Order: sequence, then structure tokens, then C-alpha cells
Amino acid sequence: MSGSGSVVEPPPPGSSPLDVDEIRAEFPALDQQVHGRDLVYLDNAATAHKPNRVIDAVREHDRATNANVHRGVHALSQRATDAFEEARDTTRAFLGAEDPEEIIWTRGTTEAINLVADAWARRELGPDDEIVLTELEHHSNIVPWQRVREETGARLRVVPIDDDGAVEMDALEDAVGPDTALVTLAHVSNALGTVNDVHAATEIAHDADALALVDGAQAVPHMDVDVQDIGCDFYAFSGHKVYGPTGIGALYGRRELLEEMQPYQAGGEMIRQVTFEETTYACLPAKFEAGTPNITGAVGLGHALDFVTDHGRDSIRAHEDRVLSAATERLAAIDEVEILGTAEDKASVLSFVIEDVHPHDVGTVLDREGVAIRAGHHCTQPVMDKFGVAATCRASFAMYNTVEETEALADAVREAIEIFH
Amino acid sequence: MVDATDLYQEIIMDHTKSPRNYEHLADADHEAQGDNPLCGDELTVYIKLDDGKVTDVTFEADGCAISTASASVMTEAVEGRDIDDVEELVETFKNLVTGEEDANAIDPAELGDLAALRNVQNFPTRVKCATLSWHTLQAALNGRDEPVTTE
Repeated sequence: MSGSGSVVEPPPPGSSPLDVDEIRAEFPALDQQVHGRDLVYLDNAATAHKPNRVIDAVREHDRATNANVHRGVHALSQRATDAFEEARDTTRAFLGAEDPEEIIWTRGTTEAINLVADAWARRELGPDDEIVLTELEHHSNIVPWQRVREETGARLRVVPIDDDGAVEMDALEDAVGPDTALVTLAHVSNALGTVNDVHAATEIAHDADALALVDGAQAVPHMDVDVQDIGCDFYAFSGHKVYGPTGIGALYGRRELLEEMQPYQAGGEMIRQVTFEETTYACLPAKFEAGTPNITGAVGLGHALDFVTDHGRDSIRAHEDRVLSAATERLAAIDEVEILGTAEDKASVLSFVIEDVHPHDVGTVLDREGVAIRAGHHCTQPVMDKFGVAATCRASFAMYNTVEETEALADAVREAIEIFH
Repeated sequence: MVDATDLYQEIIMDHTKSPRNYEHLADADHEAQGDNPLCGDELTVYIKLDDGKVTDVTFEADGCAISTASASVMTEAVEGRDIDDVEELVETFKNLVTGEEDANAIDPAELGDLAALRNVQNFPTRVKCATLSWHTLQAALNGRDEPVTTE
């Protein structure tokens, strides 16, 4: 097993760089039948299952540690604080950030983006400012900026995607100019799997003295992420998509920016001193963490990230690429299937439609075959509009999926075609 | 074990592939739109009334097999009925697809093609697809302007 960032030799053809049987044994939820069939769980872009290590860490924390953080003088509070801050440092290392105080706990990616919209954009932007985003974005990286537009008069510029579902980088470069205050984009598209060149996007933003925000929800589980290498100003992700608990995620922000920003929510924990006349705010990261945080969630997330690091993100990526290629080949071989999202660099997601069959009906048939996929617009209606569909079927893969499971997927798709044609 | 084919029975597939009363009704007295934001289903129901009776009912839809079939079956079931009777049928249908006991006791012969949708009760994630057109029908009868949504 290799550690994070280590160089991994390409695996011999036909073999996986991961011991997937061993990994699957760590995930109790995978070992079950649904509708009398072995579960084939291919809805990982929605949420990933949790390994025993995370389940046990969460349970053990609640069972034996459970105390509030940063305020008690007793032993349990100290233990809880240590575990909580250790998780923050694990997250820092996982993202390649310099300083644990640059990691702000949030409920997930959505809250992380809303934090930037609220604590930075809403206060700093005006009618002369522009926010540049892409057609590929999840609603959670569109709607917060529309609200900023309503409240500040700032303008939104949308960079189109091409027919393969890749962001048109020339158009991004054209869209960014002297008025640009922020460039915000997904690292990996949740609807199509496209991997965006966030390094280049950040550089384009910085060349125009704009900030760069990266929505990393779909990238963090699948590839090495180094925020200092990317150079971005903000990076957001969710715990539950990277084998951690729901309700916990993080925002990375560059220290100088976070220090300049106003607090997000107000209350306990985020203050230094309160009188009725005046309140002064706590330093980072507490300034952005009002109220008792999701302590158990943070502890669980720390263990999830360690689990991923232990298996090696390069190995995970290599394994998932094999599974994605196998699934793509198998579905592409079926005449009635059309694959949406054919960008050169893709990770983990296979979106498709079947001629004359609504994705919802496909989802139901696959479910009865034990194959769990997502059918819908994936909170990316502009992407659906671009491809002229109301919805797609989406199979999304994790480190525990196998090439054999892609066969089950293809069989179930053929079954759906048989029922509907 | 309830299979997918128990849901997608021949009658359902027939209504999906050849929906009945599938047209825009230009001189409708009432119309309403419904949508299911989860799957993107959209549908419009048109009604003509005469003396408290539904004399004509049609629909247009962009949706899944279940919502299309359900709308098609619905138009056949409500045409010619009194409005009060239609309201009662809507409730019966909702009870049928959600598996309420009373509705399960109804003789399938009385339900006609509607009975084919009974198995939706074994597919809880699809109940909203089956009821969308019926909610929209109710909205049209009650003259509501706001589009109906399942969410």
C-alpha cells in the first residue's frame, strides 16, 4: 500500500493496483442483497458508503469521549478537542494546505460555498464586479451567486461547455477581465465526470486579480488534491462523498483572505469578547465556526481521509479509471445507449440515456436487478439543457467497485431495453 | 418478489407508447400544469366541463413511463364523470398507489385499466410519478393558477 503523493508504478494490464476484495470487506453496507440480488452500488457521486474504520471511530467517539470542544477544563473535553483538531490537521494535510487554521468546518460543500458568498462576496462585491462560473456547475455553485447578484448587483458570466462536456478554456479566458472578482468552478463535474483544469482556471483568475474557488466535492474522493499546487483561494468539499459521515465538510481558504473576511454566522465559539456595546471576533478558524460544531462528524471525516490516504489516492484513481473504462466500453457497445460526457479527462462518473426510455424508468429496472444508480438532473439543470434532456442515468464509481460490477450494470441496462422496446 | 415487469405491465406499456387523449385542447375550460422537479417530468391537463360533468379531458407530457401511462389511464377514467365523482376517484387512485387498505379491497374489475397501476404501491419511489397527473387534474378542476409540483 502506498501513501499519499507517492509514485505508483502502473499496474500490469488486467490487474488492479488495489486489493478490492480487502477493501470491500471494510464496507459492511456493500455486503447485502436488495430485491434478492447482490447489491451493486453505483451511486457514489451522491454519497459513498463508510468503512468500518469510520463507523467505529464515530461510535467510539460518542460512546467514550463525547464532550464539547474548546471550552471544558475536564478530561473528556480535552480529548474531544484533541480529536477534533487532529481531524482538522488531517484535512489540512489531505488538501495540501499549509496551516490547519485555513480549514473551516462546514456542513458540506454547499455550506462552504455559501460561506464564501456570504462572508466575502456579499460584502465585497458591487454592480461593477463579475463572477465567472461554468455551464457545468452543480446548482450549489450557481444559486449562491445568483443571490449575491440579487443583493449586490454583481454580474454573472457563464462559460459554456463543449459537446464533450468539457469547459471551453478559451471562452473562460475571454470571460475573465478587469471586472472579474471571482472565478468559480467544479474540479470534477458531478453530472458528467469531466475533470476541469483548475490549475489553468486559477491562473486565468489570478492574472486578472480575481479570486478562484474550486468545488471539490467530486474530486476529493478520486484523486490527489493539493490546494497549494492548484493555487486556488478557496476549495470546498463534503465528507460523505469521501467515505465520511454526512453533515460535515470543509472549506479551505487562504489565510490572508480568511483573516480579512467578516464572520459567517454569529454566536458562541466565534467571539473573543462580548459586551452589549461591542463584540470582538475570534481568530481563525473559530471566527467562521459559530456554535457547537459537528464534532463527531469531523472525527469520522478525519478517519475517512486517513483511510483514503492509506490506500493511496493515485492507486484509487488508477483503479477507478479501469472501472470507468470498462463501464464505458460495455455501455457504448449497446446500440440504444448514448453516453453523455465524453471529455478526455474524466473521473468516476458515467452519465447515459437510453433511446425512448426515461431515466427514471431505467433507474427502477436497475434497482430491481440490485444495481443502484441515480436517475435525474443531478442538480445540474443547465447541463441537462445543454444536452437537450430532462434527466440522465448516472453510474458513479468508488474505490470499492469492480470491473465485474460493470457487467452487472450492462446486463441490467439490457434488461431495461428489453422491457421498454 | 415484485419484479420490474410487475410494474411495467402490458397495459402500462401500451398507454405509455400510445397515450390516449394526448393533445392540446385549445378550447379547454380549465387547464393546469404539473411538474416533478426530481425527475423533470412536466405535464399539462386540459378539461372541458358541461353541467358539472367532464366532457373532455386531454393531456400533454414529457415524462417517464409511469407518469405518462397514469395520465393516459386517468383521461379515460374521468371522461363523462360528474366532478364530485372525479374527486372521489382521485382519492381512490391515490389510496390505490400508496397501498391504503380501503383501495386494495376494491374489485379490480371496477377499476378497469387503473388496476394496472396498483403495483406502484410496491415501488414507493415512483408514487409521485403516478400521482402527478391526478394532482394536476385536481388543480385544473379547482382553478388553481400555480403549477402543481410534487415537491
